[in-house]
Amino acid sequence: MMSESAGVQAAHAAHAHHEELGFLRTYVFSTDHKMIGRQFLFLGLLMLVVGGLLAMMMRWQLGWPETPVPGMSWAPEPYMFEGIIPPQTYNMLFTMHATIMIFFAVMPIMIGCFGNFLIPLMIGARDMAFPFLNMLSFWTGAVAGVVMLAGFFVPGGHAASGWTAYAPLSASAIYTGVDWGQNLWNISLIIIGASSLMGSINYITTIINLRARGMTWFRLPLVIWSLFITAILLLLALPVLTAALAMLLADRMLGTHFFLPAGGGEPLLWQHLFWYFGHPEVYVLVLPAMGVTSDVLSTFSRKPIFGYRAMAMSMISIGFLSWIVWGHHMFLSGMNPALGTAFMMSTMVIAVPSAIKTFNWLGTLWGGSIRLTTPMLNGLAFVSIFVIGGLSGVFMASTPVDIFIHDTYFIVAHFHYVVAGIVFGLFAAVTYWFPKMFGRMMNETLGKIHFVLTFIFFNLTFFPMHFLGVAGHMRRIWNPLQYEFLQPLQGMNQFISVSAFLLGLSQILFLVNLCWSLFAGKKAEVNPWHANTLEWAAPSPPPHGNWGEHLPVVHHGPYEYSVPGVEEDYLPQTTPHALPVTAGH
Amino acid sequence: MEHAAGVEEFPRFETSKMGVWIFLFSEVLLFGGLFATYAVFRSLFVQDFARDHRELDVTLGAINTVVLLCSSLSVALGVASIQRGKTRPLKLCLGVTILLGFVFLVIKYFEYSGKFAHGIYPWTSSFFSIYFLMTGIHGLHVLGGVIALSLMLFWAFQGRFSATNYVRVEGTALYWHLVDIVWIYLFPLLYLVA
Ligand code: HEM
Ligand SMILES: [Cu+2]
Repeated sequence: MMSESAGVQAAHAAHAHHEELGFLRTYVFSTDHKMIGRQFLFLGLLMLVVGGLLAMMMRWQLGWPETPVPGMSWAPEPYMFEGIIPPQTYNMLFTMHATIMIFFAVMPIMIGCFGNFLIPLMIGARDMAFPFLNMLSFWTGAVAGVVMLAGFFVPGGHAASGWTAYAPLSASAIYTGVDWGQNLWNISLIIIGASSLMGSINYITTIINLRARGMTWFRLPLVIWSLFITAILLLLALPVLTAALAMLLADRMLGTHFFLPAGGGEPLLWQHLFWYFGHPEVYVLVLPAMGVTSDVLSTFSRKPIFGYRAMAMSMISIGFLSWIVWGHHMFLSGMNPALGTAFMMSTMVIAVPSAIKTFNWLGTLWGGSIRLTTPMLNGLAFVSIFVIGGLSGVFMASTPVDIFIHDTYFIVAHFHYVVAGIVFGLFAAVTYWFPKMFGRMMNETLGKIHFVLTFIFFNLTFFPMHFLGVAGHMRRIWNPLQYEFLQPLQGMNQFISVSAFLLGLSQILFLVNLCWSLFAGKKAEVNPWHANTLEWAAPSPPPHGNWGEHLPVVHHGPYEYSVPGVEEDYLPQTTPHALPVTAGH
Repeated sequence: MEHAAGVEEFPRFETSKMGVWIFLFSEVLLFGGLFATYAVFRSLFVQDFARDHRELDVTLGAINTVVLLCSSLSVALGVASIQRGKTRPLKLCLGVTILLGFVFLVIKYFEYSGKFAHGIYPWTSSFFSIYFLMTGIHGLHVLGGVIALSLMLFWAFQGRFSATNYVRVEGTALYWHLVDIVWIYLFPLLYLVA
C-alpha cells in the first residue's frame, strides 16, 4: 500500500544499484516516477493521434458534406455508408474527439507525464511519496483508455451526446440510439477519475513533504507550483464528477431518474454538477502549460522570471476563482438573471490574474537575450495563442454578447485557442525536457520546421472560425449546407478543413523527430540548456533514485539568470552563491 | 549536519497519514455531490419524500447505526492496542470490526430484498432513486472497508505490525470512521425525514 516515507526511500535508493529489476518491473509495472512519466507520455501521444484523426474526419464532413471520406470506405454500416458520415456518427465524432483529447491526451501528457517526471526531480526527491500508488495510477488510466476505445466497437456506436453529456440526451438510449457506448464512456471516466485522484494524492503529498533541504515554497519552479495547484483542483473537482457520473450511469442502467424529467428528475442538476467540475477542468488543462511556459521563457531569455511571487499568486487566485464561475456555461439554460450577473462578474475577474501572467511573461522577455530554440518558440506561441483565447473569452463572459454567440463556431474558435493552444505548451515541454527524459537531444531544425508549420496552420484553422461564428454558424452541426444562410460560407469551411489537414500532416514531423531522436539523437549533456532548476543537476537520463548517494541541497530560487557578479549567465539552484541572494526573487 | 547559507529547515508531516487524509477528503467530496443532489431533490419533491420515507424500516436502520458505531469503537480500540505494541487485542478488534461490517451488509441485503418484494425499485420514485444510490455507494464503501480490514488482519497474523509500525492500520481505521460518519448522516436524512 502507500507508506514509503522519505527515510525508507533513501535506504531503498541506496540499495537500488545492488538489485537488478527484471524487464517487467523496469518497463511495464515500474514504480519509478520517470518510467511512469514516459508511459503516460506514450499513452497520451497515441491518444492525441486518435483524437486528431477524429477531428480530421469531422473537418472532411464540414468541408465536403456527405461525400465519402478518402480511405474510409472500409468502415462498416451503420457507422459509415461507403465512407459517408451519417449524422449519428458525426455526433459520435465530436463527442469522442473532445473526450479523448481532454482526458486521454492533454491530461496524461501535461499532468501524468510531466507531473510524474518533473516533481521529484525538480524538488530534489528520490521518487514520489507513494510509488506503488503511482504505478496503480498509470495502469488504471490505461484500463480506462481501453474501456474508452472499446466503446467504438459496441453496437449502437460510441457516446454521441457531446463531451458535456447533457441530460436527458445522455440519460436514456432512446434519444441517441447509443446504449453501451455511453455506458462505457461513463465507466471509463469514473476509472480515469480514480487514476487522476491517485495522481493528485501523490503530487500534493510529495510536494509538501519530500522537498530537498533548502527547497522552500518560494524557491519552487513555477511549473511545480502549477502542478501543485492543478492537483488540488483535480482533488476538489473529480469526486463531484464521479458522483454525477454514477447518477447518470444509474439512470441508464438501473432505471433511476436523477436527470430524466419524465420520471421526476432534474436535467439542470447534471449541468450544475458537470460544470462545477468542468470549469476547473479547463484550468487543470491550462495551468501546467502555463507553468511550463514560465520555466521555458525564463531559461531562454536568460533572465529571472518577472514577478515570481505574482506568478505563483495569480495561479492560486485562478485556482480559487475557478470554483465560482461555472454558471457562465449555463447563461442560456434557464438561470435567475441576478445569478447570471454574479457569474458574469466572477468570470470577468479571472481575466485579472490571467492578464498578470501575460504581462509578467512579456516582462520576462523584455531586455532578455532571447534564444529562439524549439521549446522557446513553442512557449512564445503558447503565450500569444492564450492571449487570443483569453480575449475571446471575455466576449462570452458578458451575458448579452453570449446570447448572440452561444453555441456557434465563435465558441469553437475560443476554446480551441485555449485548450488546443495547450499543445504548444505540450510541444515546449516535450522538446525542453526530452534530453533529460531520454538522454538524447531532439533535432532542432526539424523541430523548428514543425513549429512554424503548426503555428501557421493552427491559426489558419481556428481563426476563421470566429467569423463563421459571428455569421451564425452553429456548432455541433452535421451538414452546414442544409441551412441556406450558411451556404455562402462553405468556401470558408473548406479553407478551414484544408488548413486542418495540413495542421494534422505537420504533426508527422513531430512524431518522426521524436522517434528518430529516441534512438539516433545526439547524446545529451547533463545541462544542455544551461538551466538552473534541480533536474538539470541529475544525469541525463537520471538513474533509479535520481541523486546517487546524497540528496541535492538548494541554495536559492530557480530563476537566477544573468546574476551580476556571476561569471556564467546562470546559477544552478545547487550552487551556493557568495553574494546575498534573496529567495525566489 | 552543516547548514549552507540561505538554507532553512521546515516541518515535515507524516507522509502516509497525509496521503490518507487527502484521500478521505476526496471521499467527503464524493458524498458531498450526492448530498447536494439529495438537498435539491428534497426541496423539489417534498411530498414524495414525506410519503416514501415511511416505507423504510427505521428499526433495521437504527440497528445498523448501532452496528457501525460499535465497529468504529472496536477498530479504534485495535489502533490503541497496537500503539502500545499489543498484537493480540489488535487481531481481536480487527476480527470484531470485520464481523460487524458483515452484519451491516447482511442487514442491508434484507432491507433491499424486502423493498424489492414490495415492488419498490430504484425507479419507483425520486426518493428511492436517491435512497438506493446513496446507500448502494455507501454499501460499496463498507465492502471495500471490510476487504481492507481483512488485509490488515492477514498482515497482523503475519506479524507485520508493531508499536512503531502501524500506520496502515491507522489509515484503514480512519477510512472506516469516515464510512461510519457518512452513515450517521444517511440514517436521519433517509429514514427520519419529516
Ligand atoms: C488538430 C487540431 C484540432 C482540430 C482540427 C479540431 C477540430 C474540432 C472540430 C471540427 C470540432 C467539432 C465542432 C462542432 O461540430 O461543433 C471540435 C470540437 C471540440 N474539440 Fe477540437 N480540434 C482539434 C484539437 C483539439 C484539442 C487538442 C482539444 C482539447 C484538448 C480539443 C477539444 C475540443 C472540444 C472540447 C470540442 C467540443 C466537443 C463538443 O462539442 O462536445 N480539440 N474540434
Ligand atoms: Cu468555464
